[in-house]
Amino acid sequence: MDFVFTPEQERFRAEIREFLEKEIPPEFRRKPENNWIRGFCPELSRKLGQKGWIGLAWPKKYGGQEKSYMDRLVLTEELVCSGAPVFSHWFGDRQVGPAILAHGTEEQKQKFLTGITRGEIQFGVGMSEPEAGSDLASLQLRAIEEGDHFTINGQKVWTSGIHNAHYIYMVARTDPDTPKHRGISELVVDVNLPGITIRPLKDMTGEYDLNEVFFDNVKAPLDSLIGEKNHGWYQIAEQLDFERSGVERLMSNYPLLRDTVEYVRKAGLNKVDWIRRKLAQLEAEFEVGRLLVYRVAWMLSQGKVPNYEAAMAKGYGTAFEQRLSNAITQILGMYGQIADDSEDIPLIGRAVSAYLYCPAYTLQGGTSEILKGIVATRGLGLPTK
Amino acid sequence: MDFNLNEEQEMLRKMARDFLTTESPKSLVREMVEDDKGHSEILWQRMAELGWMGLAFPEEYGATGGSFLDLAVLLEEMGRACLPGPFFSSIVLGGMTLMEAGSEEQKQRFLPLLAEGKVILTLAILEEDGQYDPKSVKLTANAEGSDYVLHGTKMFVPDAAVADYIICVARTGGSGSSGITLFLVDAKSQGLSLSPFITLAGDKQYRITWDGVRVPGENILGEKDNGWIYIEKVLQKAVVGLCAMMVGGAQQTLEMTVDYAKERKQFGRPIGSFQIIQHHCTDMATDMDGARFITYQAAWKLSEGLPCIKDISIAKLWTGEAFRRMTSLAVQVHGTLGWMDDHDVPFYYKRAKAWELWLGGADFHQDVVATEMGL
Repeated sequence: MDFVFTPEQERFRAEIREFLEKEIPPEFRRKPENNWIRGFCPELSRKLGQKGWIGLAWPKKYGGQEKSYMDRLVLTEELVCSGAPVFSHWFGDRQVGPAILAHGTEEQKQKFLTGITRGEIQFGVGMSEPEAGSDLASLQLRAIEEGDHFTINGQKVWTSGIHNAHYIYMVARTDPDTPKHRGISELVVDVNLPGITIRPLKDMTGEYDLNEVFFDNVKAPLDSLIGEKNHGWYQIAEQLDFERSGVERLMSNYPLLRDTVEYVRKAGLNKVDWIRRKLAQLEAEFEVGRLLVYRVAWMLSQGKVPNYEAAMAKGYGTAFEQRLSNAITQILGMYGQIADDSEDIPLIGRAVSAYLYCPAYTLQGGTSEILKGIVATRGLGLPTK
Repeated sequence: MDFNLNEEQEMLRKMARDFLTTESPKSLVREMVEDDKGHSEILWQRMAELGWMGLAFPEEYGATGGSFLDLAVLLEEMGRACLPGPFFSSIVLGGMTLMEAGSEEQKQRFLPLLAEGKVILTLAILEEDGQYDPKSVKLTANAEGSDYVLHGTKMFVPDAAVADYIICVARTGGSGSSGITLFLVDAKSQGLSLSPFITLAGDKQYRITWDGVRVPGENILGEKDNGWIYIEKVLQKAVVGLCAMMVGGAQQTLEMTVDYAKERKQFGRPIGSFQIIQHHCTDMATDMDGARFITYQAAWKLSEGLPCIKDISIAKLWTGEAFRRMTSLAVQVHGTLGWMDDHDVPFYYKRAKAWELWLGGADFHQDVVATEMGL
């Protein structure tokens, strides 16, 4: 048993920190919360790619470094906690790359993994449909094999990051005549193909992170298929674990906690009993969450496959994100509802942004309810009927 | 980073679980709740023969020389079994105080006896306000020749009726953390009287009245007026030890509840197939894993001698509340059956509340964490 990083990992952390201090553009540094998912800055992704810090655990022949998942944990922790705008490569690094690595052809690996590690390829992720949210396996979008291509028809919704993306990583029904779980495939499709229409959706923060995507007789080449046809449902389980298990599920608002402690101290609120308690409680909950997240990375580094552990970490972490932003709006009192980002407003409206974004975390990548079911059935062995 | 125990620790865990399953069954736990002293001498001697009393004391005192982390593993199993008796009082509270504050001569004299289970210790810190605060230590010890005479009242002293010696935290001067002295007091001393409390969990705690108890000056542990720094260190270890017991209790609570949810049928299906029960069980499992990791992180840091004041308080405030939440859900999932006195669930429900409050509740530890955060 030990609960520390190795000296090499600590040196790596220091190197990342130094790099990020120089390279994060000021506008992102000013508001660091949620930048892993909202901060779009392809220049930074390319620089990180040059450092070898995308696809860190992947084989060297695809541009990776063959480092351990604990090293990757150190890297992602620094990226998330510093507010680095890394959205442009995040999906590729976190889940699409691992999916291709696990199930893709050599050609696909060469093309996509190399592009991802250079910070040159951005993916959107197309999972949900209007009639298939938590019940993802009932998805209706069809990709029917016809000669040398798939013909794709249907609609995706709540699709993240597609508006700047080069490709959409998606699941589609490739066999409509078998039971629902057995007719699904994973595809990576060029978003510039004719017949794809993207319509941005405005969320409650006033931004346009999510989209509807319409496919009207889109003809995608056969090599868009990742892995085995009709086997996608079984392939994506692992990919979803990658989506669920990272530090971003706990630490998206960590800079806000850190800076609130500083603000409270400077404003002389540190002797106010209920404020002390609220912040101490958040700190305790954060430290517990950190260990739940570390456990997942540690399992990966041991070659073990986390499944319920990832679901548990995400469920816990995202609920914490909500308690955190809620508590901080309360500490700020009336300023907790001022969204104005001028310098004379405490924490320049960051708590408001965090509060408005945080409901998304308990929904995306598996709602908390779905995740609790996974822990109960896969982890605790409770029956489904 | 490594979340696993080592091979020896896994063996210790297995041995402890096997032993406690047969030697400390719930029938004994129940009997000991009813018993005046709550102590089975047969069980105590068997544990001593296994080397458990001396597990975490150095070899030069006839002990095993294990680490604090090893002791945490053992305490976890004791918490799981709801082990009755004075192990925690004697070994953790008493023994650790002796280790921290005792002179070489005192350690040579008492630790081997402690390790053999031939002497039982306890520690008397709290007074009427029930606060772990040096300002609350009011019991006086006045010098008379080479002796000291103790006057005052100690509260909530665990297992005092079976202790051979009581370590008394007394005031010899000043008003805060300076001027506190630790005395190793023969429990049969004149002027010392015990009256038992009726406790929530059936463990044994006493109000001790000290009416001119005479203690030889050579029985001071550590330096005169400088006792509180040792108590602080002992409390750190005791808090983590208690957390380990809570982790064990919580693990048993979770397993019992999940097993029941798989077996119990209503509406023609196991209740564990209903989402609401699944979510209760998942909430318990999350509390469980969080409690386990945060506790073992603190135990590991203590074992390694790393700074960990904040980690310890986080462990206590989290684990105390997590165990309590888990036992509430355990009763809920078991239904009225889980509220019945002859069921095992109430053992854990009661201990969770008692241990949440013991050695500083959430408020106390939140304040420590806030200070450590620079607030």
